[in-house]
Amino acid sequence: MSALLDVKNLRVSFPTPRGPVEVVRGVSFTLGRERLGIVGESGSGKSMTGRSILKLVRAPGKVTADRLSFDGIELTAQSERQMRAIRGARISMVMQDPKFSLNPVMTIGEQIAEALLTHQTLPRSEIRARVFAMLESVRINDPERVAKLYPHEVSGGMGQRVMIAMMLIPEPDLLIADEPTSALDVSVQAQVLDIINEQIVGKGMGLILISHDLNLVASYCDRILVMYRGEVVEACKASELGQTKHPYTRGLLAAMPRIDENRDELPVLDRSAWATA
Amino acid sequence: MTAISLKNLDISYGHTQITHGVTLDIAAGASFALVGESGSGKSTVLKAIAGLAPQWKGDIAVNGKPRSHGIDRGFSKMCQMVFQDPYGSLHPRKTIDTTLSEPLDIHGIGNQGKRVEETMAAVGLDRRFRFRFPHQLSGGQRQRVAIARALMLEPRILLLDEPTSALDVSVQAEILNLLKRLRREQGLTYLMVTHNLPVVSFLCDRLAVMRGGRIVEVADVAQLKAGTLVDPYSRELLAANKGHALESA
Amino acid sequence: MANVTDWLLDDSPASRMQARLGRTYRIVLALAKNPLAVVGAIIVALLIVTALAAPLIATADPIAQNLSQRLLPPSADHWMGTDELGRDIWSRVVFGSRITLTIVLLVAVIAAPVGLVVGAVAGYFGGWTDRILMGITDIFLSMPKLILALAFVAALGPGIQNAIIAIAIAAWPSYARIARAETLTFRNSEFIAAVQLQGASATRVIGRHILPLCTSSMIIRVTLDMAGIILTAAGLGFIGLGAQPPLPEWGAMISRGRTFIVDQWWVATMPGFAIILVSLGFCFLGDGLRDVLDPKQGEKQ
Repeated sequence: MSALLDVKNLRVSFPTPRGPVEVVRGVSFTLGRERLGIVGESGSGKSMTGRSILKLVRAPGKVTADRLSFDGIELTAQSERQMRAIRGARISMVMQDPKFSLNPVMTIGEQIAEALLTHQTLPRSEIRARVFAMLESVRINDPERVAKLYPHEVSGGMGQRVMIAMMLIPEPDLLIADEPTSALDVSVQAQVLDIINEQIVGKGMGLILISHDLNLVASYCDRILVMYRGEVVEACKASELGQTKHPYTRGLLAAMPRIDENRDELPVLDRSAWATA
Repeated sequence: MTAISLKNLDISYGHTQITHGVTLDIAAGASFALVGESGSGKSTVLKAIAGLAPQWKGDIAVNGKPRSHGIDRGFSKMCQMVFQDPYGSLHPRKTIDTTLSEPLDIHGIGNQGKRVEETMAAVGLDRRFRFRFPHQLSGGQRQRVAIARALMLEPRILLLDEPTSALDVSVQAEILNLLKRLRREQGLTYLMVTHNLPVVSFLCDRLAVMRGGRIVEVADVAQLKAGTLVDPYSRELLAANKGHALESA
Repeated sequence: MANVTDWLLDDSPASRMQARLGRTYRIVLALAKNPLAVVGAIIVALLIVTALAAPLIATADPIAQNLSQRLLPPSADHWMGTDELGRDIWSRVVFGSRITLTIVLLVAVIAAPVGLVVGAVAGYFGGWTDRILMGITDIFLSMPKLILALAFVAALGPGIQNAIIAIAIAAWPSYARIARAETLTFRNSEFIAAVQLQGASATRVIGRHILPLCTSSMIIRVTLDMAGIILTAAGLGFIGLGAQPPLPEWGAMISRGRTFIVDQWWVATMPGFAIILVSLGFCFLGDGLRDVLDPKQGEKQ
């Protein structure tokens, strides 16, 4: 069985007056139909890694890779036009804040229908049925009412569920979720992640969950990549995160306060210890 | 002694009433947390105390003195605020030095250079940052500047509006340690707004849970740690916060 | 030299002055990388040098008449020919730069700060203050600039001072609009709330914290408007309401050359070139400044 996504030596660099700066430095991983978590702090290059898979890194950013193949298609060799056929239909992306990702002047129903129609043509009645079924599957109980609403009329959690519906309706093989819940309240976070999880597992898709939150990634993924300064410093099974040996991962875990503890001071990362450059 | 006392506080924005009869007493020297989800009105309470949400009915007293609806100069020496977003709370065209001397300038306090350096040292900022612009600093460094700015007038009370929610975990740890140390060293009173219960558990000794503009429970942090909060909504919040943390443990 | 550059680009400046000079230096560096901006800056610099050193550059007295030499084509003696009264057009164009520069500078000095303050005050206070100030602004904005300036000059009487006042009156409302829009984006930001909490008065918040943020867009806008101001001044001169004869104002010169445009093209064309060149110069410089000063592109790195 070949992997769904095979990334080898992925590099993203941006030119600056003082020469190019690499924000992703040689990331390699493979992904089957499983859930992969990419964790890191701001500036670790985790989001850039996600975007470069969809070739969404804007100029003057430069993406190179020895191999970036998705289901046998070499993405680096695809033209912008061919990429448009892949984006949405085969690989989808859910971004952080639904407020900025949804079109404010289109109803939710229209937007989801459009996501479906971009990649295929269907009779009207079937579109309606598919849109309603999709909304229902992201646990929206009254899809007929919600489909008529505009994005500002729904809450953040509902907006994010709509986003997920929109991204999943073309039935892609891979979903990239970049901080899908950071803009949401804690109580809604779990629900949104559960929905993502249910869809991924149910449809046998691949998932890349990008987040700064180690615990969150650990509880929703099978495998974890920990990134620091553009490099993967550790790759492990989610269930083994607790036994990690790498000082950076351990540092991150220790730096998090916990509700049921009485530490007087939180340990602070000594960044010089493992910095490579 | 009571540092902040709120009685039947109803705060509105225009025609929308945000809070309903909020009553709270925060002892001097305490570290108190207002906890709730977005829309619960917790930030609005903080803004009303600071004077940034002037439309309210009821009583607000700070250090025993009733508070006026606007912002007054005497108040600013008693109580200062640290904002959530370290990228939006510093003037982009002013050096750290100018930002920190501004409060001294406003109140006609002299010896500015020395005070700026002392405060920078207190919040753990190296001297070489003094004449940099905010865009030359990282998020954590900016938040240190924001804390330093709040301390320039030597207030007794700090209002903290989600001071670490925009920061990375490792930077959050540094800022939390700093806030804890400052409180110990200078005997400050904290009123912190947050949705993050582990942060409350680390930094605070009491908390109030808010929902829909009302306080549903006031409890000791010991109760939070032991998981013995009483109100059903508080328990729900606690469960959500512990949710994935537990699964991984 | 290397030391000075290092000092300017130092990441940890040791004084406020060094920080400020460093920022200026970075802006100049960025500007120097933009070819159009450099062209614009050179043209504007030439205008300033010409105006300052007019007596040295001019080859003759700009108002000395010599009727025996009227309407001569460009030659070695008269680089741009002579006009209908035998005056040397090159010298008149050179001295005309003084008038143009004066108009441009005075309009900028009067209109920009007025617009800036009106806009910032309206934006900061909001409510009735905003409605009244912006109502006035809108009344001014609803009339075309040249017509408005024309009406004022007609009321105040022709002459260069009145032309400047009239153009300034016509120019400030658009600055007020921009300043208000900018102020609205900052008014509720946390860094403004922070200074308010420190007890700063409204005057201080506007003067020290809001206005400095509006200035860069204002500088860009004023530079881009310079071309329009020059054209308005020339337009007023053309219809005889600006600078009065024998002052060598470019618009007035074109107006007089109109009569001979078919047979003696140089009389109207030479000052016309001057107007086009200087307007273009300001436009290029303005575009370059926008690229450099725009906070969305500039400061980030």
